[in-house]
Amino acid sequence: MISKRTLLGSAVGFGLVAGLSTSAMADTITVATVNNGDMIRMQQLSPQWEKETGHTIEWVVLEENTLRQRVTQDIATKGGQFDVMTIGTYEVPIWAKQDWLVPLENMPDGYDADDILPSIAGGLSVDGTLYAAPFYGESSMVMYRTDLMEKAGMEMPDEPTWTDIAKAAEAMHDGENEIYGICLRGKPGWGENTAFLTTMANSFGARWFDMDWKPQFDSPEWKESFTTYLDLMNKYGPPGAASNGFNENLSLFQQGKCGMWIDATVAASFVTNPDDSQVADSVGFTLAPNKEGVEKRANWLWAWSLAIPAGTDAEQAAKDFVAWATSKDYTEIVAEKEGWANVPPGTRTSLYENQDYLDAAPFAKMTLQSIELADPTSPTVEEVPYTGVQFVAIPEFQGIGTAVGQALSAALAGQSSAEEALAQAQSITQREMSRAGYGK
Amino acid sequence: MARSVTRSRKIVNTTIAWAIGLIIFFPILWTVLTSFKTEAEAISSPPSFLFFDWTFQNYEAVQERSNYFRHFWNSVVISVGSTILGLAIAVPAAWAMAFVPGKQTKNILMWMLSTKMLPAVGVLVPIYLLFRDMGLLDTRTGLVAVLMLINLPIIVWMLYTYFKEIPGEILEAARMDGATLRSEVTYVLLPMAVPGIASTMLLNIILAWNEAFWTLNLTAANAAPLTAFIASYSSPEGLFYAKLSAASTMAIAPILIMGWFSQKQLVRGLTFGAVK
Repeated sequence: MISKRTLLGSAVGFGLVAGLSTSAMADTITVATVNNGDMIRMQQLSPQWEKETGHTIEWVVLEENTLRQRVTQDIATKGGQFDVMTIGTYEVPIWAKQDWLVPLENMPDGYDADDILPSIAGGLSVDGTLYAAPFYGESSMVMYRTDLMEKAGMEMPDEPTWTDIAKAAEAMHDGENEIYGICLRGKPGWGENTAFLTTMANSFGARWFDMDWKPQFDSPEWKESFTTYLDLMNKYGPPGAASNGFNENLSLFQQGKCGMWIDATVAASFVTNPDDSQVADSVGFTLAPNKEGVEKRANWLWAWSLAIPAGTDAEQAAKDFVAWATSKDYTEIVAEKEGWANVPPGTRTSLYENQDYLDAAPFAKMTLQSIELADPTSPTVEEVPYTGVQFVAIPEFQGIGTAVGQALSAALAGQSSAEEALAQAQSITQREMSRAGYGK
Repeated sequence: MARSVTRSRKIVNTTIAWAIGLIIFFPILWTVLTSFKTEAEAISSPPSFLFFDWTFQNYEAVQERSNYFRHFWNSVVISVGSTILGLAIAVPAAWAMAFVPGKQTKNILMWMLSTKMLPAVGVLVPIYLLFRDMGLLDTRTGLVAVLMLINLPIIVWMLYTYFKEIPGEILEAARMDGATLRSEVTYVLLPMAVPGIASTMLLNIILAWNEAFWTLNLTAANAAPLTAFIASYSSPEGLFYAKLSAASTMAIAPILIMGWFSQKQLVRGLTFGAVK
């Protein structure tokens, strides 16, 4: 980051009055962020903050995986290229424990940190201290075609089980006309199929590790969960599902080729947008399913959050910006300029008490309910030694999660059986964990 | 009879050449076409080829959101700068290797080429730390240096093969006439090697323009070239294929046009020596 400390002369910011000169320390902060609708909106609205404070922002927008690699490398080597980084619930606990992040204490007056949804704050805190401010939060839920359900004479329950999902998929499936009962992620990757399959496993009572960090892929719960997935996809899934990720399924759903899709709540605004979606007016939402009798559901929790790397030389300006972008006032600025439906969702309790918002976003309640149901500190039925719902917040997980995802994806592609895939996942995880020194 | 065989063979060859050319060019053509579609049209299946509502909205959106010119200028400075610097080092090196080879010349050439065999990510952290300590992160100077270094083996190899084609006797004759080393290289060697040097230069500008590992990893806001510009439009959570295509088209257009106008030089240089 190039932080130019320049004495602001008379002509900038507040001091446009002729003849008067104010002087204030102005910083240039570099903000690294991802390319998604809410973040781009923040970029477009930020001149207002620049005008109010006299600071300037340099933006670095990158694709999610590139950004993750780029900021991790910078923070690990103390490269100092960024003052504000957009990171997720996976990175925050790991980085905070390494003392890489500035704790977000002493936020400006009126920030109201207690208003942040407890499950989101839990995922971004270490020992009760917040290390990143949530910009938008998401969970996952079932999106389904109301017209197809009606045609089949069925009704989607508010709290479906996997049996309900299988019945609905069967009823809506019409392979000859390219309408597939259910679309789920199959593309390998820790943030792709592994994320989904982990939440699905949670909803069957399975877990990644026991309290001694021993992998649990050989448990009957994992087997039941994974065979249910394969069964659903083989019978009612689209062809070539082993290479479908979020975007591929979004495209299929928008073209009316999926009866159901279980994925990120953020997709709700895409599939209900008539400009992009052919089925915009016939989409229903319901909670992610569980197995009968299991208290956890298959919904994850993720929050894109703004964090400040330790060692930045513009800490105050960075903190000001983070506070501004994640404040209640910011949501009002967005609402005023772009409408309530475009406000970043899933971070503050007050937003879900705002009637204007609830009226404008039909999926709001479902999003809130899904987020509240996901608990990163207790993701599944039994106790676990890690935090994270659809991931395990340890540095080794990116590698392990992707390797496991590849093994499980191969079973969906028909290259191996469920048993073989799970055995492979077990041995990969076992090997990597003992290499990394866990469970000793 | 013989003539008609030649003609039909010509037709077949031309058709095959065109078909291969089109297959190779198709992804670029598809990117350009997609950039004129709406996002919904871009993902529609079956895809529409030419008959859709052409729109400029993606270009407007890209223009509004990013500073294209800054990225473009960074790309120009980095690719041209690294190529010129590379040539300045490689011409004398290739001269020495081609005209006054020593016992180890072949080994040195192989050793230089072997640096290209290492995956770039293997040296990312050391280079990142060096750049950090030297204050070169996110600077065009740093990128010019690193791209020059990674392309240098190719430049030296290409020039070496071209120089080898030039008869050493001509240089000897110049020396007999009293030419100094400098004037020998400047007035005799370089004019004869112009096609080779030009094609080396063009090829390296293209390589540096498209380089997307170091340019993404060593830059942030100030020195980011067009590769970073494209990366900012890719998204795993959201379908922005039309905008991504518009950004890609804008990024490749300058180099495509340059390649088009200089293709004669490029082809002549690349086949230089091969037809003798």
